[in-house]
Amino acid sequence: MTAVGEIVELEIPPTLEYLDLARVVVSAAASVDPGFPPSRVSDLRLAVSELCANAIESQQRRERVEPLVIRCVLSDDRVTIEIEDHGGGFDPEALAPLPPATDPTRLERERGLGIPLVRALADDVEFLVKDEGTTVRVVLFHPHPD
Amino acid sequence: MSRYEEVAVEVRDGWRVLRLAGEVDVATAPRLRDRLVQLINEGPPQVVVDLSGITFIDSMGLGALISGLKRARALDGDLRLVGATDHVAKVLAITRLDQAFMVSDTVEAALAGSPG
Repeated sequence: MTAVGEIVELEIPPTLEYLDLARVVVSAAASVDPGFPPSRVSDLRLAVSELCANAIESQQRRERVEPLVIRCVLSDDRVTIEIEDHGGGFDPEALAPLPPATDPTRLERERGLGIPLVRALADDVEFLVKDEGTTVRVVLFHPHPD
Repeated sequence: MSRYEEVAVEVRDGWRVLRLAGEVDVATAPRLRDRLVQLINEGPPQVVVDLSGITFIDSMGLGALISGLKRARALDGDLRLVGATDHVAKVLAITRLDQAFMVSDTVEAALAGSPG
């Protein structure tokens, strides 16, 4: 039986050394849900890691030392993650789309792959930018049974 | 947790085969980037990266591989990938990097220049 509505919350200091801890905790929390298969846990783990890395970098630019709050909510049909930071936020819509693989400039893009990856891996991504920081909400639905 | 590590470097048919394990993320990607550039600059600029022990790679890890590929091709060499797990293969496909790199199942196929 899925632990519907259960929330796991984690606070980490805004340094990259804690990224793997965030990945481990979120993966373990999502793995409790029998409707959420290992392949989706892998997707979730990568999405959370990318978003936490962005949040940490954003806070470091602002020299903010408050912890990041990472919340994992298991529901009937989905896993929802919220990541709250105290960084300056950014406009995800302003990111240039990835050029096609055949474009010779494609390999100039060593950075900027993170948010396109998150959007591809997650079913829904929402950025709530406020003065005090940014909250990102990511939803991954359970796969439909075949 | 499985930390990033370099398991071995073998020389085969004039190529260096770099076998990795663990997790490549924003914290560990600079080590991979530096290692690839070092191997390529030493020459010959032909490197196969064996990803079969890699359990996690993020966008910065991909950036390190891209950095190596660009450096190798600038020197008329190449950087090829083998042994991607299902999830790593999915990430390469989403970012379309599976079309930028030659991605093979085995080291033998990579050395022979055979994708798939």
